[in-house]
Amino acid sequence: MGKWTRRAFITTGLVAGGGLVVGIAVRPGNQVKGLASKVGEEGGQLIHSYVKIDTDNVVTAIIPHSEMGQGVQTALGQMLAEELDADWDLVRTEEAPAIGEYATYAAGRSYLMAGMDFSNLVIPTVDGLMMRVADTLNLQITGGSMSVRTTGIISMRIAGAATREMLQRAAADSWGVPVNEVITEDSHLIHAASNRREPYAAFANEVAQMTPSQTPTFKDPADYKIVGTHKPRVDIPAKVDGTAQFALDVRLPDMVYASVVRSPVPGGSIVSVDDSAARAIDGVIDVVRIPAASVGSMLGDTLSSESVAVVADSYWTANKAIQEVQVQWSATGNESVSSDGIFAQFDQDISAGTERQTDRVQGETEAIFANAAKVIDADYHVPFLAHTCMEPLNATAIVNADSAEIWVGCQNPLGFRRDIATILDMDPENVTLHNQLMGGGFGRKARPDWAMQTAFLAREVGRPVQLIWSREEDVRQDLYRPAVQSRFRAAFDANDNILAWQNTYTNKNEPIEAPLIPYAVAAQDIGWVSSPVHVPFGAWRSVDHSQHGFFTESFIDEAASAAGKDAFEFRAALLNDSPRHLAVLTKVAEEANWSRPLAEGRGRGISLQESFGSIVAQVVEVTVVNGEVSVDRVVAAIDPGLAVALDGIAAQIESGIIYGLTAALHGEITIENGAVEQGNFNDYEAVRMSEAPVIETHVINSGHAIGGAGEPGTPGIAPALANAVFNATGIRVRQLPLKNFDLNIQAEETGVVA
Amino acid sequence: MSTTFRVNGVQQTVDVDPSKPLLWVIREQLALTGTKFGCGIAQCGACTVQIDGQATRSCVTPISAVEGREVTTIEGLASASGELHPVQQAWIDHQVPQCGYCQSGQLMSASALLASNPNPTDAEIDQAMQGNICRCGMYGRIRNAIKATSVASSDDKLFYNVASVEKTAEVDHG
Repeated sequence: MGKWTRRAFITTGLVAGGGLVVGIAVRPGNQVKGLASKVGEEGGQLIHSYVKIDTDNVVTAIIPHSEMGQGVQTALGQMLAEELDADWDLVRTEEAPAIGEYATYAAGRSYLMAGMDFSNLVIPTVDGLMMRVADTLNLQITGGSMSVRTTGIISMRIAGAATREMLQRAAADSWGVPVNEVITEDSHLIHAASNRREPYAAFANEVAQMTPSQTPTFKDPADYKIVGTHKPRVDIPAKVDGTAQFALDVRLPDMVYASVVRSPVPGGSIVSVDDSAARAIDGVIDVVRIPAASVGSMLGDTLSSESVAVVADSYWTANKAIQEVQVQWSATGNESVSSDGIFAQFDQDISAGTERQTDRVQGETEAIFANAAKVIDADYHVPFLAHTCMEPLNATAIVNADSAEIWVGCQNPLGFRRDIATILDMDPENVTLHNQLMGGGFGRKARPDWAMQTAFLAREVGRPVQLIWSREEDVRQDLYRPAVQSRFRAAFDANDNILAWQNTYTNKNEPIEAPLIPYAVAAQDIGWVSSPVHVPFGAWRSVDHSQHGFFTESFIDEAASAAGKDAFEFRAALLNDSPRHLAVLTKVAEEANWSRPLAEGRGRGISLQESFGSIVAQVVEVTVVNGEVSVDRVVAAIDPGLAVALDGIAAQIESGIIYGLTAALHGEITIENGAVEQGNFNDYEAVRMSEAPVIETHVINSGHAIGGAGEPGTPGIAPALANAVFNATGIRVRQLPLKNFDLNIQAEETGVVA
Repeated sequence: MSTTFRVNGVQQTVDVDPSKPLLWVIREQLALTGTKFGCGIAQCGACTVQIDGQATRSCVTPISAVEGREVTTIEGLASASGELHPVQQAWIDHQVPQCGYCQSGQLMSASALLASNPNPTDAEIDQAMQGNICRCGMYGRIRNAIKATSVASSDDKLFYNVASVEKTAEVDHG
């Protein structure tokens, strides 16, 4: 295939006419030919880097994002098909290969600039800043609930609309009629006056020679027929008959299997290894020390500390043998660290307030507290959390002298390819990465540590190796949602109006706006202190929103309670300047029958959180019997601007809620002697069928910029649940998970009552 | 030592360590990869197959225990002519899977339940499905799909889960 230089990529990849044009979406038609061998098939025409039209009039949307269950193939396919006026029954999708031409430049950029409005992202200064980072070409990120609102809004719509315009032009030329008389419908070109109707495929050859417009005319959303409707997901049929291929399912000739172990205390290296017992097990081929390695990118550094792997003719044998390997790990200095110690450190660091930095400062906070009629305060904290994707981390690799192939399910195929090339000291062009369906991702599979191990092992062993982490390794060597403490104060006047909000928490990550509140509290002082821990950080579904949603939406509930006001009414009164938030909150209250009284032992809680461009409100209903909480029902309302995939957004809200509910009820990674204590689903539990509430999702298409869907369901469930428990029992839950609370204890005795 | 058993109606003989779990024999010796590894200790249900019709965690079932028995995996759930099992069709109609990794196990548990109890109550569904974790959290859809399969007259229109859609303004994303 032809190569484009980075310079050429960037200069042709950018903007015109106020819109950002991504990747090769703007490349002249003839340059697309270089891609045909990667994504094309015999008889088809690659019209555009994201569009293929076959002779049987099937349109294939080439999707530069990974599928981990979020339905991205379907949603982005809908966006392209809509602008193309394609017949949905004749639309297929395929995941783009991990080559530079499919870098998700826009998505990557938004990911890095999280929290900024999209309109701000296209300003030239930002482009200038980002263009200096050559790494951009290695971003193929799926994360940050970004695929629809970046690649979808830009690349897919432009590709669809530009292709439609070229088809109209080709038909007009061929028929000798004015182009504005040629209309498109259901993958056909129509000229009514001359009674002509031809399929798109009839003009694919001509169109492949044309240059796509960078600024095609988009459809009026009022005319949408595909976007905003429910289309069955394209990936589902293969997921009910066992044919969907995940990385774990890769089978290569002569392939062997490996299991691996790293230091239980993060960062430890090997002092000595006794592998004699492991090597004596029938079927064991080798025991390999994998050196520590570190790769850096604009997304941060990833350290894969030293590890030991057993290679065998069966995974079962390899995993049995790894438990027989005796490894002495070096001391890291963290061997006495415990969760209790970490929380004590957080508490001290917040109290000391050393080098406190601020997210938002407005009004005369200290003066208001000094003169307040009433002040409340509270400390909250949440533990570390693991991701526990259903599919344990795994990858399969073959490494030759000057080339390598790897099969892996990951959230950044181009970045992984670059990192594996770094490990192997190869040019990334010589590394082929076959991205697979992911059995869950949740942020974990954006970091390449296990893929790096696999590449090294395959080179050492000299034959195809499939490395599978045991579930225990998956839980103990995760990159964790951080433990966080957050301290609050609120001040009220004599009429119980809230006047000031003060908040200090530990360790900021992203998105930067996560701790901010939408409520019109005149004086606010929100900030954070650094309190370093040795437990490695990882992005975990909704990232900082997962903890701050719980903190702020619980404490605003405490404020409502202290003011003697209804939790919904109190919030609503502070949202007069935020009509979208108010509409979502009001919608959820109506749908949940907020004011209808509940029986003794039952409770209702509410929450409101904007994240990743979407606003979500939730009402949770619980029943508390003999101290046992059951979550009966969750009503959710979301304003995503426009729901592109209607059932898809409901599915994501349901999924985000259950993921957050697992964390709220059970999720707790504890540290003892510097190491993670949990190891599998028996001690790191997940919500199961009997605990799963009925979930209702209500969508408000407000017409604002399209927001994300993959993460916004998660932040609001924990606070709505905790607020419901308070409503039912009078016990204020300020620490998660809920399993650690004995709700049988009388409220006065707990010391945790508001 | 060799073990002889039937998988999806086909007799198989494998010569492996008798303590090797059925899961790894299915995946490695028989190259049937629809059955998944999730935990290795019978906690998550991703490895669920049916042995003589009973939902069983194959990750803790030694191959020696299936001598002479009939094992059904996800690849054998559809009819011989390729017609989907009713639960598979219900899974599509109700758009159940997200990542899909746990769904082979979910389907094997659900089809075993329905074979023995064509009209399960919610409590019976809870009990039968309790061993199958779905980290994408599709429990509500799984329950609905099982119920749809259990009732002969279930409606045939495509199901989707949005309770309401409200348009509050003209949508303009130009």
